[in-house]
Amino acid sequence: MSQKTNNGQQFDRLPETEEDREVGERATREEVVEWWDERFEIPPETFEEFTFWEKGKGKIWILHGEVSSPIRIEALGMKFLRTRQRHWKPTMNAVQRFGREASKNVVELDREQARRFARGEDQDLDWEGDWGYLVAAHELAGELEPLGVGLFLHGELQSPVPKGRQRDL
Amino acid sequence: MEALERYEPLIEDYDAFREACQRPLPSVVRVNTIKTTVERAKRALEEQDIGWEDREWNDTVLKLDTDSPGTTWASFHGWIHGQEEVSAIPAEVLAPEPGERVWDACAAPGSKTTQLAALMDDEGLVVANDNNLGRLSALRFNTERLGVTNAAVTNTDSRNFSLKPFDSEPFDKSLVDVPCSCEGTIRKNPTALDEWSLGHVESVAGIQKGILKRAIQATKKGGTVVYSTCTFAPEENEAVLDFVLEEEDCRMVEFDIDLESRPGITDWEGDSYDESVEKAKRFYPHLNDTGGFFTAKLEVEG
Repeated sequence: MSQKTNNGQQFDRLPETEEDREVGERATREEVVEWWDERFEIPPETFEEFTFWEKGKGKIWILHGEVSSPIRIEALGMKFLRTRQRHWKPTMNAVQRFGREASKNVVELDREQARRFARGEDQDLDWEGDWGYLVAAHELAGELEPLGVGLFLHGELQSPVPKGRQRDL
Repeated sequence: MEALERYEPLIEDYDAFREACQRPLPSVVRVNTIKTTVERAKRALEEQDIGWEDREWNDTVLKLDTDSPGTTWASFHGWIHGQEEVSAIPAEVLAPEPGERVWDACAAPGSKTTQLAALMDDEGLVVANDNNLGRLSALRFNTERLGVTNAAVTNTDSRNFSLKPFDSEPFDKSLVDVPCSCEGTIRKNPTALDEWSLGHVESVAGIQKGILKRAIQATKKGGTVVYSTCTFAPEENEAVLDFVLEEEDCRMVEFDIDLESRPGITDWEGDSYDESVEKAKRFYPHLNDTGGFFTAKLEVEG
């Protein structure tokens, strides 16, 4: 059976499950939703009204609603997750938007640590939980609010905040 | 500033108008209700000792006592977005509802697109188009920073916009915030009028007519189209409306907005326009301490 390949010029909706997969290595909707549940315990129902799309190899986008697939446009919803690599990586904006639902792998930073994170700096962190991608959060206006995705490795929290999103606060 | 002298016959208290044009603008932001509530945004600002003032006409618009709203936690989280007060008018007038399909014909850099998405509770579809690829990256940056997930971004000339990628279905509503001679932005950018010429005004007016015409065609019968500019020039405002009222099946509609304004004008330098363009509103800098703006609401007929 010849397999279709990813076309970087268009958005293709993710297949629901493994059985519906036509493009090799393309993530399925099921896998994406399960990943957020396993990594951050974000309940799968959170994404009920959303559809997932791939444009660019491994770049997964999230749309609230539906359009017909494939669709050749510049952007669709929000860049959400990077797949097709050993460790899937969520985007900062996805974590800011959906990370409030997370109950696992959430690290609470104090104000000074949050400032460093927002500047894009790496810092030592006393964290007993899993290594890998974490929801970095701090308290703001009375509640815990996600700052973005952090990468915890060997006692250090790296800040992958993109240049344009870094701020000196 | 000399370019503004031609408007002396239109503006009562012209001296106050001139003076307002020379003052810098207050620092204004819009609260992004996709990511937070107005109450929480205010509280986050207070935690950083930043004062805010409500704007009576719109509870998501706040005047801040800082010149750099971008360096606040509220901004880092995408809870607030720096947006000139009058620029928040057209999306409010369009009043899109959750679940609708809306076209933002000249969308970059995205203040109005993100406002439309917020008014729709991020449900439905906002198709945000811009012809300029460079400005499109700012649009994409802003929609993602503000957590918008119901927008689709396209890069074409709005005058030839194709509905094909969107199942060839017309939109419920369209926002046409056209490129213009930007006379109303003089308070933000004191050099805005350095390159002013009547030739430029007339050439952008041609483009504006083409875009508005296409927006009316791309919107359902009974649907709404809002046309706006940040300029005072009747050639880019009432004359453009007069053109589409003649060419397309549409009519002017009254609207209310709780800001001081003046009606659209029907006579200008020997030309006269359809009487119904009086339903448009002109916002002058001295009336509400804002930039200058023009907004009109149309209903598609047929």
